[in-house]
Amino acid sequence: MDATTYGWLILAFPLAGSMIIAFGWKLLPGRAAGWIGTAAIGLSFLVTLGALFQILGLPAEERQLTDSLYDYASAGGLDIQMNILVDPLSVFMCLVVSGISTMIHLYSISYVTSDRGFNRFFSYLNFFVFSMLLLVLAGNIVLLIVGWAFVGFASYALISFWYRRTTATEAGMKAFVINVVGDIGLVLAALFIFRELGTFDLLAIFEQAPEQFSTNEGVVVLIGILLLVGAFAKSAQVPFHTWLPDAMEGPTPVSALIHAATMVTAGVYLIGRFYPIFEIALTAADIAAIVGLVTLLIAATIALVVTDNKRIIAYSTMSQIGYMIMGVGIGAYSAAFFHLMTHAFFKALLFMTAGSVIGAMANRQNIDLMGGFRRSLPFTSALLIIGCLALAAFPGTSGFFSKDAILAFAEYRGGAYWVFAIGGYIGALMTAIYAFRIGFRIVAGPPCEVARDLEQGVHHHVEPQNPATGEAEDTDVGFPGEKHNIAEDNWPMKIAMSVLGIGALFSGYIQVPGVTDVLHTFLEGSFEDSKLYFEQPTDAAEWRGLATGALISLTGIAIAHHFFLRNRAAAARLQARLPGLHTFLANKWYFDEAIDLLIVRPTLAFGRWCDSTFERYVVEGLVSGAQGVAKGGNSAVRTAQSGYLRSYALLLFVGFAGLGLYFLIAGS
Amino acid sequence: MDMSWYLVLSALLFATGAVGVLIRRSPLVILLCLELMLNAGNLALITFSRTLGDEEGQVFALIVMVIAACEVVIGLGIIVAAYRRRIPLNVDELRALRG
Amino acid sequence: MKEICFFAGAIGCLGGAIAVIGLRNPFYSVLALIVHLISLAGLFLLLRAEFLAAAQIVVYAGAVMVLYVFVAAYVGNVEESLWEPIPGQRWLAPVLGLALFVELSIAIIGSGLKSLDTEGPTVELGFGSPEAIGRLLLERFLIAFEAASLLLLIAAVGAVVLAARRREEATS
Repeated sequence: MDATTYGWLILAFPLAGSMIIAFGWKLLPGRAAGWIGTAAIGLSFLVTLGALFQILGLPAEERQLTDSLYDYASAGGLDIQMNILVDPLSVFMCLVVSGISTMIHLYSISYVTSDRGFNRFFSYLNFFVFSMLLLVLAGNIVLLIVGWAFVGFASYALISFWYRRTTATEAGMKAFVINVVGDIGLVLAALFIFRELGTFDLLAIFEQAPEQFSTNEGVVVLIGILLLVGAFAKSAQVPFHTWLPDAMEGPTPVSALIHAATMVTAGVYLIGRFYPIFEIALTAADIAAIVGLVTLLIAATIALVVTDNKRIIAYSTMSQIGYMIMGVGIGAYSAAFFHLMTHAFFKALLFMTAGSVIGAMANRQNIDLMGGFRRSLPFTSALLIIGCLALAAFPGTSGFFSKDAILAFAEYRGGAYWVFAIGGYIGALMTAIYAFRIGFRIVAGPPCEVARDLEQGVHHHVEPQNPATGEAEDTDVGFPGEKHNIAEDNWPMKIAMSVLGIGALFSGYIQVPGVTDVLHTFLEGSFEDSKLYFEQPTDAAEWRGLATGALISLTGIAIAHHFFLRNRAAAARLQARLPGLHTFLANKWYFDEAIDLLIVRPTLAFGRWCDSTFERYVVEGLVSGAQGVAKGGNSAVRTAQSGYLRSYALLLFVGFAGLGLYFLIAGS
Repeated sequence: MDMSWYLVLSALLFATGAVGVLIRRSPLVILLCLELMLNAGNLALITFSRTLGDEEGQVFALIVMVIAACEVVIGLGIIVAAYRRRIPLNVDELRALRG
Repeated sequence: MKEICFFAGAIGCLGGAIAVIGLRNPFYSVLALIVHLISLAGLFLLLRAEFLAAAQIVVYAGAVMVLYVFVAAYVGNVEESLWEPIPGQRWLAPVLGLALFVELSIAIIGSGLKSLDTEGPTVELGFGSPEAIGRLLLERFLIAFEAASLLLLIAAVGAVVLAARRREEATS
């Protein structure tokens, strides 16, 4: 089978899984839905491997293959096919997506085991994976937008999975609305591309773009910025980022899959895929890099301060995606995608361990209540530390190589790009600090009450409640199930976490500067016409960068050790000394309040005005006015229908006389 | 006498009949006024027949007379039927077709 | 001579017509119509329509008006109130009548037909005689003749049906 057939199969398996579970949800016994879902994604991963080997068998210049299933819309100048593009970049993304997804599905079988919505969960999860694969494999913009929109829907459905929890449904709506704003940007970009280039097909666009547009021409910069709006909304970059922390209302596997490894990386994929546009629209690329840098720093500062476990990890995701967006913005394509892959491993791992800890804590997520789980949850603790090491870019871990590859490229481009490098290193310092804030808080130190109970073998139990507001809940459908699962008790969770742990530790070795160059060579097939792709810093420069990174990482871990392990009171003292700063950071830089003030309130006020004034006076005035005119005319005519025979006779004679008069006058 | 005299007379009779239809309320009298109008028409027909020297106008007038007779028969039948059913014999009372 | 006859007939017609529309008692209106019809028959004679004059008196003034007399007697005197419910009818009707008359007169007098100013061509003796009318009826206008007969039949049957007593009704 050739690569494109594999491509269609990659899409078919998750879709089939989702539909089977969806239509048979009442019939499937026990945990069967979970195994079906996992098997579907597992098959998709195997098929992706098949596509990978097919692609590797081809010479580098010929690795971009397309295949069309049928004509989607062919009329009047439009020619949109249902076609997929199988090339190194899409195969790479598919590997990441399907591989991580298989592990997360496996993990979920245990995690949501007692939830009444078990089957619904796996159907949605499979549908999400299908949408993400569709997005990545799309061969034209229209199909990409379809995948984009489906992914947004799946995200909404999964964030508000526990639909009887008001905070969850509100978070789902918030995520969806902000995503739609991004969708507008993407659709407008597609429109402009079609208007300028006359095609929706990706390969055709990339061929014609350099010929049609001159560097930094107004239109192409506009297209670039519109694409960026879409990318930023999906990837939770400033100012479209406010949905991501709230999205932690969803179950932990959802956070692991969607909001760490896959959906939020769609923006990075978009910018990377559209590199021909961004290499012409240099202003747009610079905007992307700047926004990435800003997000990276802002998110890192917030992560130092918030107390909800999952939200710290969410801000960490935002920050790391900032690195990736900065990477594709400055042209470090392979480095950015490398970081995407390693980040997927360790972030999903971090979420999984967080899920296990939350299970132990009976669904409470406040980090200040946790502590000293190393004896009660040994497996979880070990993998948590592995994840934190990778996040902090500890020397030798995967995060170390990938993050520093981006920063080394920034240094290499020199000039103004040094800002990105320095900002990136500052961010790396803060990353190391908050990574081990989590690590030391949860794992080290004196055991908290829950940990002590667990050491005795007693599972701590609390009345079901909303972790954010403390409202009481029950365990029926629409809320989490009764059983709280920890990794130590469930082998699926252990297997999934182990696989990711191995990836987090060792996947960096495919791109050690000067030694291995697997990813960069592999992705060449997708970036052939790029001016920046083939420029690489020297090995010496890269090793210098790695050394700097290692130093910063260790410094950060040391600082975290001081504040969060050795001298716990030190953190509290620092907080007391800078209350203003602490409040500012704890309130997430007041972005939510700003958006509420600037956008939400005016829109709602406008809606209310429309309802009270415009609707009442203008619209109804028009309608009632028309009605009134018709009624008036009606009444006026109705007086002639008096029912009197004699008045009818009179009218008859009047008519006759009138006619006669007319003919007399006309005839004379 | 000139033929136009007869025609003017016929017009006058017709107008009188029309006024009668519009003014009177009893259906019986309205029928009588209808007779007036019909006869005015007859007079006009016969005048024209004399003017053209052709008897066809007179045949036409004869048929009109027949029609008038039939109409009278039916009209009076309705009046009698209405009287029997205690319906008031006043066309202003019969307003069921009011819009 | 002719003029005197004409004016006598005309006055009779007009007087009868005005009496029909003006008299309160419907019985008197019927009688006025009979006068009108007889005057009209006289005018027909002047116009050399002998058969039609005779038919007018025999059929119209004779049979049809007798029908009217019977019904008027049966129905009795219906008091018509003086108040006019339809606004404007009382004065609009005469105005309309006047308008109609004026229009028709203008049409007649102002028409281009020159023969209207004459007394008509000289016609032979048998003009308007029963023989002439009969020949026309049975030769040229046979279908009209037969149709009129059919119509009379239908009218007769209809009248019987309309005025028939119903068994469950109380009769007067």
